Amino acid sequence: MAAPRASLHLVASTWNRGTRGIRGLSSAVAPENSQRKGRTLLQFLANRFYDVEILREYLFRKQISKVHKENRSFTYIKERYGPYIAGAYFVLKQGGAVKFQGKEWIRSTGRGYFSPQLLNFQAVPIEAVDASDCAINYEGLDNLLILKELQSLSLQRCPHVDDWCLSRLYQLADSLQELSLAGCPRISERGLACLHHLQNLRRLDISDLPAVSSPGLTQILVEEMLPNCEVLGAEWAQGLKPGPEEQSRDTASPVPA
Amino acid sequence: MFRGAVRLCAARGHLGRALSTRSGGSTLDWAGKVSEIKKKIQSVLPGGAWNPLYDTSHLPPEHSDVVIVGGGVLGLSVAYWLKRLEKQRGAIHVLVVERDHTYSRASTGLSVGGIRQQFSLPENIQLSLFSVDFLRNINDYLAVVDDPPLDLRFNPSGYLLLASEKGAAIMENNVKVQRQEGAKVCLMSPEQLRNKFPWINTDGVALGSYGLEGEGWFDPWCLLQGLRRKVQSMGVLFCHGEVTRFVSSSNLMETISGEEVTLKRIHEVHVKMDHSMEYQPVECAIVINAAGAWSGQIAELAGIGKGPPGTLQGTKLPVEPRKRYVYSWHCPQGPGLETPFVADTSGAYFRREGLGNNYLGGCSPTEEEEPDPGNLEVDHDFFQDKVWPPLAQRVPAFESLKCLVHLQVRSAWAGYYDYNTFDQNGVVGPHPLVVNMYFATGFSGHGLQQAPAVGRAVAEMVLEGHFQTIDLSPLLFTRFYLGEKVQEHNIF
Repeated sequence: MAAPRASLHLVASTWNRGTRGIRGLSSAVAPENSQRKGRTLLQFLANRFYDVEILREYLFRKQISKVHKENRSFTYIKERYGPYIAGAYFVLKQGGAVKFQGKEWIRSTGRGYFSPQLLNFQAVPIEAVDASDCAINYEGLDNLLILKELQSLSLQRCPHVDDWCLSRLYQLADSLQELSLAGCPRISERGLACLHHLQNLRRLDISDLPAVSSPGLTQILVEEMLPNCEVLGAEWAQGLKPGPEEQSRDTASPVPA
Repeated sequence: MFRGAVRLCAARGHLGRALSTRSGGSTLDWAGKVSEIKKKIQSVLPGGAWNPLYDTSHLPPEHSDVVIVGGGVLGLSVAYWLKRLEKQRGAIHVLVVERDHTYSRASTGLSVGGIRQQFSLPENIQLSLFSVDFLRNINDYLAVVDDPPLDLRFNPSGYLLLASEKGAAIMENNVKVQRQEGAKVCLMSPEQLRNKFPWINTDGVALGSYGLEGEGWFDPWCLLQGLRRKVQSMGVLFCHGEVTRFVSSSNLMETISGEEVTLKRIHEVHVKMDHSMEYQPVECAIVINAAGAWSGQIAELAGIGKGPPGTLQGTKLPVEPRKRYVYSWHCPQGPGLETPFVADTSGAYFRREGLGNNYLGGCSPTEEEEPDPGNLEVDHDFFQDKVWPPLAQRVPAFESLKCLVHLQVRSAWAGYYDYNTFDQNGVVGPHPLVVNMYFATGFSGHGLQQAPAVGRAVAEMVLEGHFQTIDLSPLLFTRFYLGEKVQEHNIF
């Protein structure tokens, strides 16, 4: 059992390097013309050879598990240094930025994201997190939800933040004042309905959410739901745009990956 | 060899005839007919569509390791987990037999699609927690390489159960159990309720329990199609037909205490094809009864419950179809975006549907006024008499429906519960006497939300012989014989 699995691993890793481009394209939801060729070639092979089919499935699984791996919690750091350091470490590792109370923003600087000076802030609560463009998902959110003093959270353009994640934000209801969800491709009005728990919210950015079916109406309903909150959303005319123009805007905006 | 020769002769015959008719025709005609002849030849060649002997491609296979009766969400979930937990790729052949391939009467598509952890029974809570996890990661579990990801349309708005003074103590107890199992549920006093949901009238409410995480509603059709797509890609076969007969053998055995019992084993399942008299006997090792509301009939076909009353042989599967109505109405001043799935003290429930102040709701009738389950017609008076009054009392905004009620009820439909008359809980696992029939049925309205977990439990039972992930031994069939009720209080 061990031998074939090891060889499969080898094959997969070499293939992985060679077909990275094609694989990336094949996972796209809407294939473009330039992508179609590579896609159909792999599809053609997969339809005829079981090995290729299994290989593609294996690569697909690997892609999924990579996101999960990146979002695991750092239990050891949390136990040793406390929740603030664990949260900061997680955000910096993902490529975001954190702000300890009364301190400057700390941004990740490429490889050396874990600087020893971080350990000086063990007892200082984190008040703001900027996780824009991070691959954070439902499980990774664990690391942020333990930051009970968090006042400002930015999840702009996070590709894996979805409605399920929003349903967990109630745990920050006591402290959270600012929340930005702009540009998250998987957030819809169904998730936004859960934000009614956040009664201390002062500012909410829900602009440019492609999965929301009627942005104008949603914004009005969210404003009704959170009367003390300033809701930044779609301009009133956005829902009225003619069809073709909207389509061109959609294709122009790159989907963050 | 002989068949090949016959085919060749037939091919020649076709060609010869085609040529002979051609001689009289014009040349223009000839060019058009060439491609037709080519097609004919191709269809006659081995592997082609034309077959001089009887064509059986529409029939199910003659052998299958597992036959699943019922292709709803429970049956498909069992198929999925069987294929996923098999030790070797392609080790088990699974056939799913579904009578109604449009799912027009299946409970799956007609349900309201809610999921909650607010049950009183620990097993139900665990099943639901597992299912929520499955639904959250549905695109990992049910991913098919070249297909687009599934959009489950999950509304994480939570359930709000209300209890009167009488039920408050029970509710408190239930919430304790739910929290122990890991569900995120909080208790709310009437005052807290009024603060959070200003549209609610808390008269007669002593306590509310509100699910904070992993509760809400989703698109059942999406789950069904996702399972179907995945299961098909894993090599499960589907068949559009009806199970009409089980061929079984019986064995007279003696228990330790000297009692004589007859053990039965099903060898063949007769699958009658839709709209025709022909049937195909399918030889099988294991039958899974996931026929939902009709699983009682399937059990009877297998001889379950045919014996002197009071014995194990005479114990029927107490699952029967019960009709439940769902109404959809519009109320311009109704509760807003924060509205959870509200279950009133009276048993009536409603939830928001979409953004335009539309609502879905219904109520379970009492035992005496149970409607006739023969058809799926909707009784509109039921809304007037039973559903609307308690809801209007709970949410005063609905009061405005009073004068315009016929205009405002937008649509209504009915669906079946696979109602377990014994204790309103599911039946899982093998039958003690018909040894190779397994149940996954009787969930009395919460089968959809628990299907992913139940499928796994049944698959583990089939493959390993015992439950691994969630221990469902209280839900085994033997409880009907022993008279041990596993009561679930939160059924509506």
